[in-house]
Amino acid sequence: MKIFGLSFKVIKTLLTTQYAYMLEYRIEIALWALSGVLPFIMFSLWSENDVGNTFGLNDIGLARYFLSAFLVRQFSVVWVVFSFEEDSLSGRLSPYLLQPLHPLLRYVAAHLAEQATRLPFALAIAITFFFLNPSSFWLPSLPQLFLAYLSTHLAFSIAFLLQSLVAALCFWTEKSSALERLIFVPYLFLSGLLVPLSAFPSNVLKIAMLTPFPYLINFPAKILSGMPVDIFNGFLAQVLWILILGPSVNILWKLGVKRYTAMGA
Amino acid sequence: MPNNPSDLILVDQLSKYYRVANKQPGFKGTLKHFFDRKTFDVPAVTDISFKISPGEIVGFLGANGAGKTTLLKMMCGLIHPSTGLVDVGGFSPQRRQAAFLKEITLVMGQKQQLIWDLPPMDSLYVNAAVYGLSDHEAKVRINELADMLELGEELTRPVRKLSLGQRMKSEILAALLHKPSVLFLDEPTLGLDVNAQARVRSFLSEYNKRTGATILLTSHYMADITALCPRVICIHKGKLFYDGDLDSLANSLSPSREVKVELKNSCSSDQFEKYGEIQDLNDRFVCLLVSRDKLTDVVSNLLTDFDIIDLEISDPPIDQLIGKLFIKGEVN
Repeated sequence: MKIFGLSFKVIKTLLTTQYAYMLEYRIEIALWALSGVLPFIMFSLWSENDVGNTFGLNDIGLARYFLSAFLVRQFSVVWVVFSFEEDSLSGRLSPYLLQPLHPLLRYVAAHLAEQATRLPFALAIAITFFFLNPSSFWLPSLPQLFLAYLSTHLAFSIAFLLQSLVAALCFWTEKSSALERLIFVPYLFLSGLLVPLSAFPSNVLKIAMLTPFPYLINFPAKILSGMPVDIFNGFLAQVLWILILGPSVNILWKLGVKRYTAMGA
Repeated sequence: MPNNPSDLILVDQLSKYYRVANKQPGFKGTLKHFFDRKTFDVPAVTDISFKISPGEIVGFLGANGAGKTTLLKMMCGLIHPSTGLVDVGGFSPQRRQAAFLKEITLVMGQKQQLIWDLPPMDSLYVNAAVYGLSDHEAKVRINELADMLELGEELTRPVRKLSLGQRMKSEILAALLHKPSVLFLDEPTLGLDVNAQARVRSFLSEYNKRTGATILLTSHYMADITALCPRVICIHKGKLFYDGDLDSLANSLSPSREVKVELKNSCSSDQFEKYGEIQDLNDRFVCLLVSRDKLTDVVSNLLTDFDIIDLEISDPPIDQLIGKLFIKGEVN
């Protein structure tokens, strides 16, 4: 059986090895999970100021949305540009380029392994959140959970491809992590991490929905929290963004790798 | 350059230019560099051609920045040539086709592919999966190479806990797991102690004999080159200026030989001036540099004219000769 041209054995070996590697850094990953509490800060900020109604949500809805945003963020966070830049500058990329496996797939495996390592910490934080806000407790239905899981993975794929596009610029600029800031700022404001997109004026919302960012947090978080959402168009947009970004990464990679000078190697 | 079917590697008029920008020191230079960056092409390799047959061990010699590593990187497909052609076993390396990548490997001294925080064994099984080896094949291969490299428990200890020598041997094991037929080795013994260097050398020699693999090697340690490489390619400022066997290179670099004599009695320099160039004279010991064509006569005369306890004839150390070569940039 092959997935994306990779045998099950390659996938299994990459994932188990990367998981073993991530476990070596479990404390660091726990801290990373804790550092993703921005949605909780935003929740307390908005609920203290009683603006939930402006967003079309009551306090419970607001709590569920931001907890969902936290969980979606935990399983769609991407750092490929930083690893890739480090590997590229230090020469570690060179042996990867000379193996019959696309180097980006190693980073995919590392991200998935990190997500598995984050899982217990993320769940512990969610349980603590329910303990502090018992009225917000809910259990999503199985179809809801499945759709949220699927949209979170698609969100991860979009985020990974978007950052890989920037990472591939390493072949030209060497320090492409600086360019990542250009993505991070719109991501912060348009993804729904700071505020549900329903709070945006309709004109701004229309423009935001033309970008990939709302499909990274807002869409999966709405599904998970049980908020009304256009499921079909949301998934369609996610798939379309993957279809746009995937070939773009491929083209940029092929052009960039010709410029690779294997510095530091 | 026509490609002979018996040639494994064909390099034809290969050149590589790197685009670099110069920056003047100081604040003014920084501003100028920021607003008006001037870039220019620096030739790293210029118009190099040669052929390599299967099973050969070829050493690439050159000073730092001569272009030998750039050449190696182009041959293994890591970087694209600016102009010219490279053909390795019928493949164009820079296309990095899977079938080509399965036939080659690159080992870079002090650069690692092993995962730092895990034992080498984990990285080995990743490589085995990537190269499509079955578990059984991987196990047999790991055991075979571990035996040759004298590696045991080290393979189950985190890489970060290994000594440099153990790490390098593990890197070599990882690089050879898929039975590559062409090995590109860039300073494989860099930083290793003398014993570890010798072990790596004897392993490479043994590997070449057992598998018939072609080995292309750069090293700053002449001992690596003299022990492994019957053929050397010398690069100076990006250009090839010698391609041939090491002995001929030594002969062309030094038409003389060293004659070391231990005398029964003390002597003075004027007694030896007529025999050759005096390299060293210390009480009863004298070292002369004698041209090869006069060697027989000189030795015969020395034995007749002096009371000699010991006499030794040798070539000047190859590293000194090569050092001279890099300074002069030409072969006689």
